[in-house]
Amino acid sequence: MSSANENLYRMRSFKNKLAMVLSCSATLFGLGWLVWILATTLINGFSALGTALFTQMTPSPGSPGGLANAFYGSALMSLIALAIGTPIGLMAGVWLAEFARHTKLGTVVRFINDILLSAPSIVLGLFVYTAFILPVSAMTNHQVGFSALAGALTLALLVIPVVVRTTDEMLQLQPSTMREAALALGVPQWKLTLQIVLRAARAGVVTGVLLALARITGETAPLLFTAFGNQYWSSDILKPMASVPVVIFQFAMSPFDDWHALAWAGALVLTMFVLTLSLLSRLILLRDRSN
Amino acid sequence: MTDNSQVLTSMTADRQSESEARAARDQRHDLWFRRTVCGAAMLVLFLLACIAGSTLWGGSEAFRTFGLDFLTTTDWDAVAGKFGAVVPVYGTLVTSFLALLIAVPVSFGIAIFLTEVAPPWLRMPIASAIELLAGIPSIIYGMWGLFVFAPFMAEHLSPWINDNLGAIPGIGVLFQGPPLGIGTLTAGIVLAIMIIPFITSVMNEVFRTVPVALKESAYALGGTTWEVVWDIVLPYTRTAVVGGVFLGLGRALGETMAVTFVLGNAHQLSASLLMPSSSIASVIANEFSEAYTDLHRSSLIGLGFLLFVVTFIVLACARLMLMRLSRKEGL
Repeated sequence: MSSANENLYRMRSFKNKLAMVLSCSATLFGLGWLVWILATTLINGFSALGTALFTQMTPSPGSPGGLANAFYGSALMSLIALAIGTPIGLMAGVWLAEFARHTKLGTVVRFINDILLSAPSIVLGLFVYTAFILPVSAMTNHQVGFSALAGALTLALLVIPVVVRTTDEMLQLQPSTMREAALALGVPQWKLTLQIVLRAARAGVVTGVLLALARITGETAPLLFTAFGNQYWSSDILKPMASVPVVIFQFAMSPFDDWHALAWAGALVLTMFVLTLSLLSRLILLRDRSN
Repeated sequence: MTDNSQVLTSMTADRQSESEARAARDQRHDLWFRRTVCGAAMLVLFLLACIAGSTLWGGSEAFRTFGLDFLTTTDWDAVAGKFGAVVPVYGTLVTSFLALLIAVPVSFGIAIFLTEVAPPWLRMPIASAIELLAGIPSIIYGMWGLFVFAPFMAEHLSPWINDNLGAIPGIGVLFQGPPLGIGTLTAGIVLAIMIIPFITSVMNEVFRTVPVALKESAYALGGTTWEVVWDIVLPYTRTAVVGGVFLGLGRALGETMAVTFVLGNAHQLSASLLMPSSSIASVIANEFSEAYTDLHRSSLIGLGFLLFVVTFIVLACARLMLMRLSRKEGL
């Protein structure tokens, strides 16, 4: 009897130890990839880093160059995307949190928005291609085809769900007593929302915009056939425009070593930018909570 | 006297009409404000309908030309104008399945570590580090996969798999092939690394919602950590955990860049996981800007429509399952 108990105890204890060891090794395994990927990017990226990266255009194979036009294109398209996507996302988030908190329609919109949040970005690119590029091209007699504007619109589609989600969440966190106090003073609802609730939730909303920016700067797939790419400097938003991720894709897939080096340098800058943004948004939220 | 009272009444009347005008103005502004923000929210619904509609419309030429053959043939020949979706659909499903096979147990292990095993001071940094993994752009995974991981596969893993697993009768055919480095298995592994953070963070979050009293009662009865996790935490959060897995699956199905780099873009059906293949997203990324016939382009958009429908269903299931847990909490 006691030996059966003993055996059972040993068995359970062994199982537990095995599970704990596996759990720890799973964590090490997960972190191992992170270290491996970051280390590769850092080592390969730093060796190709230089001032030329930010001052010269994308080269043809065999000649020196940088990614200046791609950085410019990425920055411009991201800015336009934020300018279009943020207000729409903010307004939709305000509606969800202030007007439709427990309504059926609100639940449906929240549900659909969550799906858009993780929908494949390449399909969004196809959507912009059929719904924007084709009609515009037909209207202008094929003068305007792939364009930076189309790329920016695609990125805006990626910004909207992120901003909607964070705005909705952050506004819901604001105490209802604050709203009631304002309403008791006779403040109209629009003023209450814009000047009091949104202001109180400012840090959270800014975090949402930063996260959205982090998401779109690394986005490649939908830009391949909306903004296309451009070997030269271009600031015409109705023409194809280079962007960092697309250039990285083209250069990395090519057989040329100097293009590979440039691709790594671009990858390093991109990764650092995105990681800085996500750290920054975390810091903003932390500081806001401690206040 | 009468003058005074007249002035007084007219003043109050003035003030009254002024405040009424103001109230009316505020009401009007509120109405417009409400309509504007509501319109923005409806735009979100409208967008989803538009995405489905436009890809369906864009793919209609392919659907009309090939009919059901689009879903059942393996040809993908731009010159002959024959397009069938079997190879990319198969590639998408297999790579995603492989990714889940690797990512689910690993994520489960990390989530247990974060909620039950690790000392409190270690939880925050490790959780943040895993989330950093989620923030890295997918193109970096792709580059790393192509330049670092694929050679590693070709030199070390593939020959080993070929020698040891390829000889097993029955499933051996899955593991036979030249050590190219790129292929279905490599894509599955890279995808797994990409979705581990998503699944981990959902599991970590839902494991935290288990009432402490429930866990402590189990510990008080003498349960080991593993028994508490397996018999208390997991049953309590089952639907949400499955929801998290589906969320990861949704990501894996639609992931483009990481897969495009390491899958090899080959349009042939092969039983071996070591052979190059193609997925829906990688075919679109590789061929769309170079598609010169309308039929080719339409077939690619049609593929996009299929991808959208499948991910929509998967993600909708995921959200519904996650919502069930939050209802249980009474949130």
